[in-house]
Amino acid sequence: MTTNSTPAAPSLAIDVQGLSKSFGRTAALRQVNLQLTYGESLALFGHNGAGKSTLIRTLTTLIRPDDGTVRIAGFDCNSQASQIRSVIGYVGHQSLLYDDLTPRENLRFYARMYGLPDAHDLVEHSLAEVGATSYAGRRVRVLSNGMQKRVAIARALLHRPRVLLLDEPETGLDQGGLELLGAVVTAVKQGGASVVMATHGIEFGLALAEQALVLSNGRVTMTCASPETSVNAIQHAVLRKPEAQPTLEGQTTPKASE
Amino acid sequence: MTGYLRSAIAVYAKDMRLEARTKETFSAVLAFAVIVAFVFGFAFDPSPSVVALVGPGIVWVAYVFTGILGMNRTFAVERDRGTLEGLLLAPVGREAIYAGKLASTTTIMLLVEVLLYPVFLVLFDLDLFNIWFALVTIAATVGFAAVGTLFAAIAAHTRAREVLLPLLFLPIILPVIIGAVASTSAALGGAGWDGVGKWLQFIVAFDLVFLVLSSWAFDFVLEE
Repeated sequence: MTTNSTPAAPSLAIDVQGLSKSFGRTAALRQVNLQLTYGESLALFGHNGAGKSTLIRTLTTLIRPDDGTVRIAGFDCNSQASQIRSVIGYVGHQSLLYDDLTPRENLRFYARMYGLPDAHDLVEHSLAEVGATSYAGRRVRVLSNGMQKRVAIARALLHRPRVLLLDEPETGLDQGGLELLGAVVTAVKQGGASVVMATHGIEFGLALAEQALVLSNGRVTMTCASPETSVNAIQHAVLRKPEAQPTLEGQTTPKASE
Repeated sequence: MTGYLRSAIAVYAKDMRLEARTKETFSAVLAFAVIVAFVFGFAFDPSPSVVALVGPGIVWVAYVFTGILGMNRTFAVERDRGTLEGLLLAPVGREAIYAGKLASTTTIMLLVEVLLYPVFLVLFDLDLFNIWFALVTIAATVGFAAVGTLFAAIAAHTRAREVLLPLLFLPIILPVIIGAVASTSAALGGAGWDGVGKWLQFIVAFDLVFLVLSSWAFDFVLEE
């Protein structure tokens, strides 16, 4: 990952330049730059409200940027959002699963939406990949959070994305689930795809990602290579919050309580 | 086009499967419609002359109110459960999602409307088993759903969606309600194409205009 301003190259999985996004008077992202090549992974750290989820959601095309450019797999997020959606997988805070359908039915539905050939085999393979085959016939509403998270990961992997975006994916997962998530991220990278993961688990993030980025009040405050970075350094950067929230006019508003 | 149809059918099939399994919208809407019909049944003396005068209006008031209730749930359920993001992340045109939602809303509304036929027959001695009325019902329901699906998506983003949807929906759909009531009066009065035709054409024209407009506008209302 680099944070310079070189033009987009086809080899880049993610190329973000000068990304800014505001909600009303509150600036969520301010001039964020990041580049990630295929097969590389990035751990995104920051305090609550730092802009991690906004950045991930902007990469998914769910949020349109106010300023700057976002290119995923060479596609522009404003003019080629549909193409971007076909190459990304996303696991967010919510499972995006229908409670009254079974995991298998949910995945079949998404397979149809993605126009996947051999949907049956892909669905079964994805369920097996996350160890969800045994409960694939039960309604989602009766599954635990951890089980739902596994199915959510299977949904995100269903169409073999070239960029996997994970927003606090470890939430709700037990030790077995965390190990599985680690194996999935490793396998996705080995398959040549890129992974961006927002997380509060610093050790967890550093163990899985080659690169790390710390956001604070919408600004990038630290970028580094994970293997060379200590947990303490990241922790220090995350805890070192600016005194006030930035607003559009550069004024300040009282700091939100954590 | 194939992708559009495939996605629209997938959304429709998913909605109908969920509805068949939970019956949440269907049972709520049907119960509400029956209550509305009963309230009117007690409010008016259902003599033949009164029924001939106010019957079509009662029918369409019941259909419109129940339609609003059903349409409100279309996107509210998706938004409350977070599944709307799943739909928006799929690499399909928003108009395909709109088409699927429109089809499922229309299907549920038509089912409820047909099930209300015997209720109106018993309470008001209003025989709605009439081919012209059936055509008017289908055309008007498509119009309701075309406009309602768009506004339900807008309202789903707000806290006061139960209030907002009728406020947005009713002024726009008023021409269809007027046309539906007038053509229902004509149809139940024994008039054929001569009496119903011009209103039916008007409703179909409204449907076509709003199907195109709503489908186009749907992309913008789902922006965050």
